[in-house]
Amino acid sequence: MEKGTLRQILLITDGCSNRGGDPVPVAALAYEQGITVNVIGIMEQHESEETSGLQEVENIAASGGGISQLVYPASLSQTVQMVTKQAMTQTIQGFVNKELEAILGKEESLESVDPEKRGEIMEVVEDMGETCKLEVLLLIDTSASMYHKLATVKEALIDLSISLNARVGENEFSMYQFPGKRSDIESIMKWSPNLDGMYDTFPKLASGGITPTGPALQEAIYQFGKQNLVRSMKRSDAQSEEEFL
Amino acid sequence: MMHKAKKNSYNAIPIGTRIRGKWHHHQYVVHKRLGMGAIGAVYLCSMNGRKVALKVSEKNTSITIEVNVLKALQKVQGNQLGPSLYDVDDWVAKDGRTYSFYVMEYIKGEPLDRFIRRNGTNWIGPFLLQLLNDLEGLHLAGWVFGDLKIDNLLIYPKPPRVRLIDVGGTTQQGRAIKEYTEFYDRGYWQLGSRKAEPSYDLFAVVMIFIHLFYPNRFEKQGESLPLLRRKLSAIRALEPYQTCFDKALRGVYKTSAEMKEDVIYIVARQHQTRSSMHKTLPFWKRTTPVEYISTSLITGSAYGIAYLLTL
Repeated sequence: MEKGTLRQILLITDGCSNRGGDPVPVAALAYEQGITVNVIGIMEQHESEETSGLQEVENIAASGGGISQLVYPASLSQTVQMVTKQAMTQTIQGFVNKELEAILGKEESLESVDPEKRGEIMEVVEDMGETCKLEVLLLIDTSASMYHKLATVKEALIDLSISLNARVGENEFSMYQFPGKRSDIESIMKWSPNLDGMYDTFPKLASGGITPTGPALQEAIYQFGKQNLVRSMKRSDAQSEEEFL
Repeated sequence: MMHKAKKNSYNAIPIGTRIRGKWHHHQYVVHKRLGMGAIGAVYLCSMNGRKVALKVSEKNTSITIEVNVLKALQKVQGNQLGPSLYDVDDWVAKDGRTYSFYVMEYIKGEPLDRFIRRNGTNWIGPFLLQLLNDLEGLHLAGWVFGDLKIDNLLIYPKPPRVRLIDVGGTTQQGRAIKEYTEFYDRGYWQLGSRKAEPSYDLFAVVMIFIHLFYPNRFEKQGESLPLLRRKLSAIRALEPYQTCFDKALRGVYKTSAEMKEDVIYIVARQHQTRSSMHKTLPFWKRTTPVEYISTSLITGSAYGIAYLLTL
């Protein structure tokens, strides 16, 4: 993995997968390749965390090393950002904890150092979170039940773009919808430093009743890999970037 | 809110509980809960007979980040920019879980909205200036307060003085604002970025005074600037500040000092119109208002202005 870059898939859905196999092991695959999978489950007004049948959301994020959150449409904007940022901090902290283990021995983590040292370490974690490069692949469920929620999702994503673009570090976003018109997953927006490109292409219509979450995740991992390949070919003779760990 | 009040031991610590620090071994007795936020709960505690505020959370990284900010602010000379920090430690609760906490100065004060309701809108001028003074100090030190809102202000009594509390959103300039509240966030209104710069706080300052008169707030609807202007112009008490607030909303002021200059001018003019109603003035009131105000600012107290406004 190229260091100094955090890779995330943000899956936004309102139901469980019903086609193409279990997404949970696919999320584990992503995590092993250095991609964190975060999941936001949107509930209907009459649902609660217990009744929504969205347990799968938690399992996908757990396997994907990311964060999950069930939410009503009204607080989607805040949640999308919170999840993205917390996942960044969590990933960086994961690196830091590994380093600490290497220095201090097994079972040592941020909690086992005194508050003064912890403060210094967190400063480094914050610095990294602010300055690292971030790549987010947004994976939007556009099955029929999402129809009423798409406008809210779009607004939340614009808001996410505002927040992340205030960072010092670079961002890259790309966006896919699932199911697509002809296949399980379809591109809405190619890799780009902000989300402006989605204004015209963001789906207004939901498509069909199937939710192929597993295949969609699989494809998302592939797209990440492809992008890295293209990039590494482009800068094959350029100096490698400064590593932050 | 998405943060649901889970039944965590840290946000329902029984009165009388002794919180003993794992590292520094200081002991705090819990008296009552003062408040709860996105990150942790704040309790009034006592330590050797002294009243202190203790913030505790299961999110030890968030606590650590806040402590870092408080420490940084403490190093800034001059006016006090945040509550004084006394102790940072971990607490192993009865349930076996470890919570992080920090102990700070207990600020006993009144919420801004209640104070204004009880004491009148004449206090808007002084509080606005006090706030701009504090923000100026913070900005000059390289920080932006971030999550500026009524909830994060307290009015200290005798003499009434506004104080900023809760540095959860306080961010180094040039970075992305750490924490914010939609109603106060210029990004939400699509009137600017979420980059930490002084103008971000100045936008929120205006929203504080708008919120005072729209306690239930209101939501985004079409173009934001005309909407906020409409709301603002409907508030009679803020009439003198219209132009100034409009500039702050548009991000015209790049520093608190620029906005403060305009506010001082407005407050002075208000005084002139008021005092012109008095036929005779005792000599000490004959000083030009601007002079009087700048003196009171130098002494660090806006009490004088408040007095002038109530004339």
